[in-house]
Amino acid sequence: MSWILNFYRSAIGKKVVMAGTGIVLFGWITLHMLGNMKLYLGAEAINHYGAWLRVLGSPAFPNSFVLWVTRFLLVIAVWLHIQAATQLTIMNRAARPIEYGRKQDVAATYAARTMRWSGVIIALFVIYHLLHITTGTLHRNFVEGDPYHNVVVAFQQWWVSLIYIVANILLGFHLYHGLWSMFQSLGLNNPTFNPWRRSFATAFAVLITLGNISFPIAVLIGAVHL
Amino acid sequence: MNLTLYVWRQKAGESRGEFVKYEARDISPDASFLEMLDIVNEQLTDSSIEPIAFESDCREGICGSCGMMINGVAHGPSRGTATCQLHMRKFKDGETIYIEPWRARAFPVIKDLVVDRSPLDRIIQAGGFISVNTGSAPEANLIPIPKSLQETAMDAAECIGCGACVAQCPNGAAQLFTSAKVSHLGMLPQGQPERNDRVLRMVTVMEEMFGSCTNYGECEAVCPKEISIDFIARMNRDFIKAAFAGHKDPAMKS
Amino acid sequence: MELNARIPDGPVPLKWEKAKFEYKLVNPANKRKFDVIVVGAGLAGASAAATLAELGYSVKCFVYHDSPRRAHSIAAQGGINAAKNYQNDGDSVFRLFYDTIKGGDYRSREANVHRLAELSVNIIDQCVAQGVPFAREYGGMLENRSFGGVQVSRTFYARGQTGQQLLLGAYQALERQIGLGRVEMFPRTEMLDLVVVDGEARGIVTRDLVSGRIESHASDAVLLATGGYSNVFYLSTNARNSNATAIWRAYKRGAAFANPCYTQIHPTCIPQSGEYQSKLTLMSESLRNDGRIWVPKKQGDNRRAYEIPEAERDYYLERKYPSYGNLAPRDIASRAAKEACDEGKGVGPGRRGVYLDFADATNRLGRPTIEERYGNLFEMYEDITAENPYEVPMRIYPAPHYTMGGLWVDYNLMSTIPGLYVLGEANFSDHGANRLGASALMQGLADGYFVIPSTIADYLAKKLHKKTPPSPEAFRDVENDVRVRTDRLLSARGNRSVDSFHRELGQITWDYCGMSRSAAGLKEALAKIQLLREDYWTNVRVLGGGEEPNQALERAGRVADFFELAELMCLDALERDESAGAHFRVEYQTADGEAKRDDEQFAFVSAWEYQGPEAPPKLHKEELEFETVHLTTRSYK
Ligand SMILES: Cc1cc2nc3c(=O)[nH]c(=O)nc-3n(C[C@H](O)[C@H](O)[C@H](O)COP(=O)(O)OP(=O)(O)OC[C@H]3O[C@@H](n4cnc5c(N)ncnc54)[C@H](O)[C@@H]3O)c2cc1C
Ligand code: HEM
Ligand code: HEM
Ligand code: SF4
Ligand code: F3S
Ligand code: FES
Repeated sequence: MSWILNFYRSAIGKKVVMAGTGIVLFGWITLHMLGNMKLYLGAEAINHYGAWLRVLGSPAFPNSFVLWVTRFLLVIAVWLHIQAATQLTIMNRAARPIEYGRKQDVAATYAARTMRWSGVIIALFVIYHLLHITTGTLHRNFVEGDPYHNVVVAFQQWWVSLIYIVANILLGFHLYHGLWSMFQSLGLNNPTFNPWRRSFATAFAVLITLGNISFPIAVLIGAVHL
Repeated sequence: MNLTLYVWRQKAGESRGEFVKYEARDISPDASFLEMLDIVNEQLTDSSIEPIAFESDCREGICGSCGMMINGVAHGPSRGTATCQLHMRKFKDGETIYIEPWRARAFPVIKDLVVDRSPLDRIIQAGGFISVNTGSAPEANLIPIPKSLQETAMDAAECIGCGACVAQCPNGAAQLFTSAKVSHLGMLPQGQPERNDRVLRMVTVMEEMFGSCTNYGECEAVCPKEISIDFIARMNRDFIKAAFAGHKDPAMKS
Repeated sequence: MELNARIPDGPVPLKWEKAKFEYKLVNPANKRKFDVIVVGAGLAGASAAATLAELGYSVKCFVYHDSPRRAHSIAAQGGINAAKNYQNDGDSVFRLFYDTIKGGDYRSREANVHRLAELSVNIIDQCVAQGVPFAREYGGMLENRSFGGVQVSRTFYARGQTGQQLLLGAYQALERQIGLGRVEMFPRTEMLDLVVVDGEARGIVTRDLVSGRIESHASDAVLLATGGYSNVFYLSTNARNSNATAIWRAYKRGAAFANPCYTQIHPTCIPQSGEYQSKLTLMSESLRNDGRIWVPKKQGDNRRAYEIPEAERDYYLERKYPSYGNLAPRDIASRAAKEACDEGKGVGPGRRGVYLDFADATNRLGRPTIEERYGNLFEMYEDITAENPYEVPMRIYPAPHYTMGGLWVDYNLMSTIPGLYVLGEANFSDHGANRLGASALMQGLADGYFVIPSTIADYLAKKLHKKTPPSPEAFRDVENDVRVRTDRLLSARGNRSVDSFHRELGQITWDYCGMSRSAAGLKEALAKIQLLREDYWTNVRVLGGGEEPNQALERAGRVADFFELAELMCLDALERDESAGAHFRVEYQTADGEAKRDDEQFAFVSAWEYQGPEAPPKLHKEELEFETVHLTTRSYK
């Protein structure tokens, strides 16, 4: 096993971990977005879906088992992702102890330059989001087991919608760079498919962001209501 | 043309440095940037001020000696050129120009704009070669090499070791430099026997001194040889493969 | 001083074999007992240092650069010759040998040149094995191009960066040995003197260019691979810092200097654009394959190039040399350009330039072909001059490029000081009075990879049982000399910068000892240089101190040596009453202005021995014997 630790000790190894966990998080966020699409099918559909998630895997596994496994993996992924990001950031800061008096970036995209900010904000958002829509702690009118209600009521408050919209735009930026960067980190490059990497990242960043911000907007304009 | 310069002056490695303002008068737009500094230095010498120390040698973009941050960009505003290939016609009359040395922990300042880039040599020492003693080489045409492969290897091999990639990278990473050598040698048939070992060793030494890559692409944009960050991806792939192979190959553990 | 070239006997093609057999060997276990100092890590130095370390010697390598990879060899563009005959076009070791002797205008040693031609094939093998990405054909085999002055394709190249790739190969081999602890590398360390003990080279005195410390290093042999001295002209195609200090110091410690007046002027460089200019840029000779060289027929013609009708242009190379035309050898093409400009027909600023016109070629081949062949060169030209060569003809002018002269060495590359070896451009060995394109890289690598490893053993083997450490006094004295000199430069505190002196010296040398020389002019130059030199020591202004990084001080020391070297060049040019290769004395030319050699009297190598600061140097002659080739007049008409 020591070789895995050795591998992780190298910066490239950490990048591989970031990419790997990034893929997991990306996969999850995609499914999450698609699942949320059920909002448009009405309360029935989404509440049913929520219930289905809880019984997923049964009877082979106990109820909620698969859900908890997923949650567990997610937590690990987020942990590793953040840990690697933090360690690499420390390493990079140390590599240039004295900053330039003048410095101009000539190629790095805005998204790339703000990965650490967008990442941290997304993480803070997730905490808020869980306290808000999963536990209901921060919800003004939380109904256990009725996500449709919970979401719609929440989004009817403009500032809640705003938090969601901003967070998801940042997520879009994070993915815009991350989904492309991931190929580089994993060494997946090849002249024929290189142009696709950029398109892939752009397309998914846009789709996920648009998908996610469509919910608060739909509620705000009244297209989705109780 | 006339210019206002803010040049980083620092007497020695340990001393404190600062930007000092100089006026450069009557500079021909046909002069190169370094010739402009030569003229300023002549004027400084005339007024008994020590001339600005900066490095250059070939003055045609191949030796990699020259290099400074010009208005916050390594090697200045022209793409695909080293500082010595930059000409004053790229600037406007009356412009203010900030000139600073490369900055990275691995590149300590020696004086003014001169920094120590020997860590790049250390990366090469770690494995940037093919171990073939003089005399033991087989006939040159024994191993055919596809033209396209040779061309790509040459794209990487063109690196002049200037360090601009490190200087410009927000992370102070030397990935472009290292990946260029790893790729050049790792691509050729002659470089195969040491391929895994080479990438593992070079990357290890690189990471002891430099930052890591978050794929900003700044390096590629200032590289005087326009070396592509595709080589960084290639190095990552080689490294990952080698790390796994190394786990299996007992010979590599030592 | 006695010049013994130590050329092995036997027929020319077998001499090297024989020599290698007769050389003494040092057994592997004993090699590490020998300390060898290598000064310089260009092609010659890096290849020598790496190879000697591979063999087991304890090597110390010194460069003034911050890394061995920056040596001036990195700038060579065109390529490297080798008699591989891959093209099946009739090439052979003998033909390469013959072409080089002829190209050198019969002023080089047959034995050395033949060895060089033999080794050329091994160099290519070695470099390919190191991973040098030479150009290839579609089938994967190595490609060749042809180069000026020969009729076969034997030049190997890596884009326009052959020198870079070859140097990186040697540099990487050297770094490997550094990593293994077998070479101790001293970057940013300049050799400022040679230490000779009991008549043998035993070490060097250096200045650490960061701390300014003067230090001594002892060894059993010293190798100088410090490059050429074209920068004596101030403006040249050489790197800014290339200098003659190492070989000049060795000369003053007793090593003979050979043929100092043989300096090559390259015909296709970008002309000077102003006073401030710091160096001249070479444009590859390959441009002459398609470009046509011309000047206006009328003197002082101020019209733009395209306004001058065909009938009023003088395509002077095509006119004078109908069979070689624009591809006439370097010395000839350079002189012809100078003549045209001297007649007032030059173009561009100061009328120091001639046109190199691609209009015809573009019409004939189409722009895409021209772009493919010369695109990057055109870009480089436009970068520098802001003129687009697709639209207006390029302007070119000759510039100092290479120095065939250098320290005298015997067949074993040993100078007249036992234990002091000289490699690469720093020696005088293989190119006679004119070097052919793509042969300097070949020579540097042959010297370093293959010649020195054999010949040095012969010297060291004899030392094994009488190894004595050199006395510290010898070093202290030399260190002292160095300090005194440095202090003198620093304390002059005059009112002129080093560069302004250098520029003036360069101008004198170029005017009187450049492309063409005359006895009267050379005498005038000698007087002028002497005056300027005296002025230099009192009037130079070097700011800052000695115990710190001080670039002006570094330059000041080098320029001081250039003054003395320039005098020796003029002296040598004055002594050689003939024209040969790059040395053109206006008094010795044929009716139609071609160089006139005098084989009766001048088929010798001039080797100058230093006689102290007051006395003029003493000339020794090494007669050249030609067993294998006939001396004929070069004709390119
Ligand atoms: C623009 C240009 C293009 C050329 N193109 C070609 C070509 O296409 N083909 C060809 O065959 N030839 C070409 N040449 C010639 C060829 O490049 C040189 O002759 C050759 O590279 C010289 O190599 P070298 O090893 O002798 O010296 P250099 O490469 O000059 O190396 C000198 C070394 O000595 C060190 N040094 C010098 N003095 C000291 C000192 N006092 N103390 C410490 N270190 C010192 C330097 O640091 C450096 O490492 C070209 C030359 C020029 C200028
Ligand atoms: C505190 C939280 C986070 C931080 C600090 C953070 C930071 C980063 C950083 C620095 C990168 C590397 C970019 C690069 O190397 O080019 C990255 C990549 C990535 N991140 Fe995050 N991130 C965080 C949370 C998230 C979350 C919640 C997701 C998913 C929704 C996510 C998805 C990704 C993806 C897909 C990548 C690409 C992987 C790669 O480049 O190797 N990140 N993140
Ligand atoms: C507008 C967009 C979003 C909507 C409408 C939304 C809605 C929901 C809903 C309804 C739940 C289920 C609550 C439950 O049933 O208990 C949920 C859970 C969750 N969401 Fe979101 N979400 C959005 C965006 C995001 C984003 C951007 C992230 C992360 C980056 C995220 C992370 C999570 C997590 C981690 C859970 C908990 C999952 C679990 O319980 O296993 N969500 N979200
Ligand atoms: S990769 Fe480019 S920028 Fe970096 S050292 Fe090499 S040439 Fe310079
Ligand atoms: S700029 Fe730096 S982050 Fe990577 S792509 Fe280049 S090394
Ligand atoms: S001085 Fe050589 S690359 Fe600029």
